[in-house]
Amino acid sequence: MTYSESILKLLSSISADTGDVLSVVSRGRSYRGTLMPHHDLSSPDVLIIKLGSGYNVGVRIYGDSTAEVVGKHAAEAVTEATAECVQGLPRVAVIGAGGTISSRMDRVTGTVRPMLSASAVAAAAPEVSRIACIEARSLFSLFSDSMDSGHWQELARAAAAAMDGGAEGIVILHGTDTMGYTAAALSFMLQGASCPVVLVGAQRSSDRPSSDAPSNLTAAVRFCVDGGRKGVFVVMHDTLGDDSFAVHLGTRVRKMHTSRRDAFRSSDSMPVAHIDADGRITYNDCMSEPAREPELKDAMEKRTLLLQAYPGMDPAVFEDAVMGSRGVVIAGFGMGHTGTAMIPLVKKACDAGITVVIASQCLGGTTDLTMYETGRALLQAGAVPAGDMLPETAYVKLMWALANHDGAEEVGRIMQTPLAGEMSDRRTADV
Amino acid sequence: MSEDHEMMCGIEIHQQLDTRKLFCACESRLCDDGVGAYFRKLRPIAGEIETVDRAALAQAQKDTGFIYQCAPGATCLVDLDEEPPHGPDAEALETSLIFSELVNASVVDEIHFMRKIVVDGSNTSGYQRTALIASDGHIEVNGRRIGILSVCLEEDAARKVEDTGSLVTYRLDRLGIPLIEVATAPDMRTPEEVLEVAARLGTLLRATKRVKRGIGTIREDLNISIPGGARTEIKGAQELRLLPDYVRNEVNRQRMLLRIRDILSERGTGPAPLETADVTALFEDCGSKVIRSAVKDGGRVVAVRLPGFGGVLNGDDGALRLGAEMAQHARTKGVKGIFHSDELPGYGIGGEHVDRLRGFLGMTGDTDAFAICASDGKRAVDALTAAVNRANAALIGVPEETRDPLPDGTTRYSRPLPGAARMYPETDVMPIGITQERLESIRDELPELPEAVEKRLCAEHGINAQQARQLIRSGYDGLFVAIVAEHGMAAIAATTLLNTFSELEAEGEDPSAFTDTQLSGLFGMLKDDAFSKEAIPAILKEMTKGVDADQAVAALGLETVGDDEAAAVIAAIVDERADFVREKGMAAVGPLMGPVMGALRGRIDGKQANDLLVKEIRRLIG
Ligand SMILES: [Zn+2]
Repeated sequence: MTYSESILKLLSSISADTGDVLSVVSRGRSYRGTLMPHHDLSSPDVLIIKLGSGYNVGVRIYGDSTAEVVGKHAAEAVTEATAECVQGLPRVAVIGAGGTISSRMDRVTGTVRPMLSASAVAAAAPEVSRIACIEARSLFSLFSDSMDSGHWQELARAAAAAMDGGAEGIVILHGTDTMGYTAAALSFMLQGASCPVVLVGAQRSSDRPSSDAPSNLTAAVRFCVDGGRKGVFVVMHDTLGDDSFAVHLGTRVRKMHTSRRDAFRSSDSMPVAHIDADGRITYNDCMSEPAREPELKDAMEKRTLLLQAYPGMDPAVFEDAVMGSRGVVIAGFGMGHTGTAMIPLVKKACDAGITVVIASQCLGGTTDLTMYETGRALLQAGAVPAGDMLPETAYVKLMWALANHDGAEEVGRIMQTPLAGEMSDRRTADV
Repeated sequence: MSEDHEMMCGIEIHQQLDTRKLFCACESRLCDDGVGAYFRKLRPIAGEIETVDRAALAQAQKDTGFIYQCAPGATCLVDLDEEPPHGPDAEALETSLIFSELVNASVVDEIHFMRKIVVDGSNTSGYQRTALIASDGHIEVNGRRIGILSVCLEEDAARKVEDTGSLVTYRLDRLGIPLIEVATAPDMRTPEEVLEVAARLGTLLRATKRVKRGIGTIREDLNISIPGGARTEIKGAQELRLLPDYVRNEVNRQRMLLRIRDILSERGTGPAPLETADVTALFEDCGSKVIRSAVKDGGRVVAVRLPGFGGVLNGDDGALRLGAEMAQHARTKGVKGIFHSDELPGYGIGGEHVDRLRGFLGMTGDTDAFAICASDGKRAVDALTAAVNRANAALIGVPEETRDPLPDGTTRYSRPLPGAARMYPETDVMPIGITQERLESIRDELPELPEAVEKRLCAEHGINAQQARQLIRSGYDGLFVAIVAEHGMAAIAATTLLNTFSELEAEGEDPSAFTDTQLSGLFGMLKDDAFSKEAIPAILKEMTKGVDADQAVAALGLETVGDDEAAAVIAAIVDERADFVREKGMAAVGPLMGPVMGALRGRIDGKQANDLLVKEIRRLIG
C-alpha cells in the first residue's frame, strides 16, 4: 500500500487497514465502504473505497476530512483449487514459471501479478485432469520480461528431472513476452529430450472469464499425451477462436502481436501441428525426431549481444559493447546486410576471436551474404550467416554454442549446423 | 387518496450515447450484416473466487459456446477482447458528468472502472465495464422531489442474433456503445408519476445533445413493490407510454398475491409436497390434443397434488390467478404449459378424467387441487416441481423476481432476482481524477434546461406551450428548430413531428429512424410547392422504407399538378356526373369534393381544388 504521507497518517490515526469498513467524510460528502489498496496511477491525495454496491470510488482527502473505522476486516478464507491426478492416466508434469497465464489481481496490492500456482492454473481447466495425471510444481512466479539465461537453466534442469522421474510430457506455464527465447534455449539445452516439452502461455490473464489459459493448457496437455513427438514446442491459439491451436517448433516461433490470442507464429516453417476443439491433432509435416541420447547441456555464455541494424548505425556507439563480448548477432537488413560503416568493427571483432553472426530482420527467408558487395565484405570480415534462423533464435543458439564449444571456428560451424530444427536449406511456398 | 397510492417504484434508465464506443475508437452504430464467426467459451476464474461466481459461471457455461460476429467500422480488436480497452471516450465521459450535474448528483473525485461479471456471453470479456460517476442527486417532478441514487457510465452488451441452446451467436456492433445508467430512489407513488419521472429523465438526458434516438437506444427497468409485497424488477421496457400499465398491472398482481396468501392462511393450507406421480395410464383414452400428442411423442403425463390450493389457481371470476404464475414458472423448464384443477374439466379433458385423477391422487377435500403436465418425462417433472415451488411461495406472499415486459402492458416471470453482482477492479483502465475546477466549468456551461427551451420555442416560433412541451418530451425540439431555421413553416413542422409521427408510431413505424437530412429534404420540397401539405403523412409513410422525400414523392405520383392539368381532371369528374350536377346546381360542389380530392389528393391543396370545381360546375350548368 503506497498511499501518500498525509493519507497514511490519517489511516494510522484511526488504525485502519486495507479491507476495513470505513466511514469517510470529505468536503461535505460522506462515503461508507471497504478501504481498498492504493492504485499505482491513482492521485496521491485520493482514498479508494469500495461501496456496498460493489463500485470503487476515489475520495479526495483534505486537511479537514475525517475517517472512522466502522468494521474491521474479516479475512476471507481463500483456498486455491488444485489439479487432480487420476491414477492410470499418462503422467504430465506442469511446471509454473509465472506469466499472464499464472496471473490474477492481487487484492492486497491491487495489481495483476503471476501469483497463481501451477496447480491452480491447471485446476481452472478441469478437462486437463481427464486426459492426464497432472503433477504440478511452481518453479518461479515471474513475468517473462524479467527472465534471463539463469531461469532457462533452472527450467531445463527441472524438465530434465521430470523426464528422469518418468513424466510422459512436460508443460511449462510461461509468460508470452520472452517465451520464444526460452523455447529456443530449452531446444538447445534439452536435445534428444525423451518426451515433449511444451511451453504454454496466455494473452488474457487467468482472472478473466475469457482467459485463453485453460484452452491453451488443455491443448498443450493433449499434445503431450497424444502428440507422439519429442522435443520443445510452444502451444498457443492458432486463430482468435477458442477452438483452434497451433503447435510451433521451439526454435521457429516468435511473438508477432502485442495482444491477440494468436500472437505466436512460426517463421519459415509451418507450425508442427494443428489441434482442434475436440483435441484432434493434424500434422503439417512428416518430420520425426531422429533417435538421440538425451543429454542436458545447459551452459550459456552471457557475454553475448543481439543488435538490430538500422540506417546510420554508428559503430562508435557499439564498439565497447561488441569488443567486450564473446559473440554478437546482428539482425541485418534484407539478405543480411549492415551499413558499410559497421564492417570495420565486424572485422575487428572477428579478428579478436569474437563470433559475429548476421541474421535478417525480415524474419522470413534466408540470409545470403554472397549476392551483394556488403554481404561479401561482411563474409570477408569473418561474419557467420544465420541462414533462415530467427535473430532471437540465433542469439540464444550463439549463447549456447559459445558456452558448449571451443574456438571461434567451431562455434561458427555449430552456428551453421541445424541442431533442433532451427534452420533449414529448404523453404516452401506454403509458409 | 387514490387506490394506487400505496406503492413504491424506482426507475433505472439505460441511455445509449451518440459518441464513439466507450473503450475503443469504433463508431457506435448497428450493422445489418455480421462478418466472421469467432468461437469462444467463458469459464470460472482460476484461483481465489467466490463459490457463487463459480457456480453461476459453471452453470452458464455448461456446454454453451459463443460465436461472435464482427461488423465493419463498428468493431475492432478491443470488442473481440483481443486488445486491452483504451481510456474511456472523452465525449462520453463528459456527457456523464454534464448529466450528473443536471440531476444535482455529486460526482466522485476519482472514477474507477469496475468489471461486473456477466455470464451469458453478451460481453466477450465475460464482464461488463462500469463506473460510478455520481451519487446522491435529485430531480423535481410536478413539485415532488425524486432522489437519484446513482449515475453510472458503462458499456452496452453485444446483440444476440441466434440461440440454439448450446451455441449462442452475438454481433459485436452494440458491444461497447456507451450507456448512462441512472437509478432513482424508490420514490414514485403512482403509475402516472413513474411515466412523468421517466419522461423527465429522458428529457434531461437528451438535453446533453449527445444521446442516441430511436427504438432500442433507451431501456427502462422498474423496481416495484407494495406494502407487504416484494421488490419485483421489470427489466428492459422500451416504450415509455406503457410504463404506467406495467406499474398498475404489477401493483394489482402483488395485491392479488397478498389476497391469495390471506385466503390460504385462513384455510390453514400448508406447503404442497414436491412429489410427482406418473398418471399417463389414467389418460389413455383422453380427448385432449395436448395430452395425446405429448404421449404419442413418447412423453408422460405427470401430476402433483396441491392440497388446499383450490379456487386460488383461477378463481373469483379470474381475479385470483395463481395458476397463471405457476404456469410461467413451469414454462421456464421448457414445457408448453400445465393444466390445473381450477380450469378443468376443459381443454378436451372431461369430467370423468378429472374424477379419476382426483380419486387416484386422493384429493377429497373441497379445496384440494392438482396440476398436470404432459411432456417429456423429466421435463414434465421439472416443470411441475417449479410450479409447486411457486404455489408454495404464495403461502408467504409475493416472491422477489425479475419479470419481462410484454407489448400489451403486462409482464411475465423471467427469473429470480439476481444477487448483487460481484465487481472487480478493471485493471486495464486507469483511474480518472475529476477536479472541482472541471466540475465548475461544466456547471457554468450546462445545457439549456427543458423549461427554458419551451419558452424559447413559444417565443421564437409561435407554437403553443403544449406543442413546445411535447416536442421537448419526444426529443424533437432540436430537429424542429433546425427545420424551421432552414425552411420556416413552424406550424406544419410542429404538427408533423407531433401528430403525424405519432400516427406513424401507431402504425408500427419508427419515425425516429428518419435522418435529419431526410426530413430537411421533405420540408425543402414542401417549401418549393413540390406537393401539398396534405400529402406529408403519405410521403413519410413511404419514406419509412428508407428512401428520400423526392423518391417517395415520385413513387407515390404526388408531384403537384398545374392548374390546367387539375382543371382537366376535375372537368372529367364533373362531366361524368353531368346529370347529377345539372340537378343539384351549385349544391353539387360539396358532394363532388370527395371524388376530386380522391383523384388529386396531395397534388393540389383543398382551396385550389374547390375553386376549380366551382369553375367547372359553372361551365357545365352555364
Ligand atoms: Zn472497437
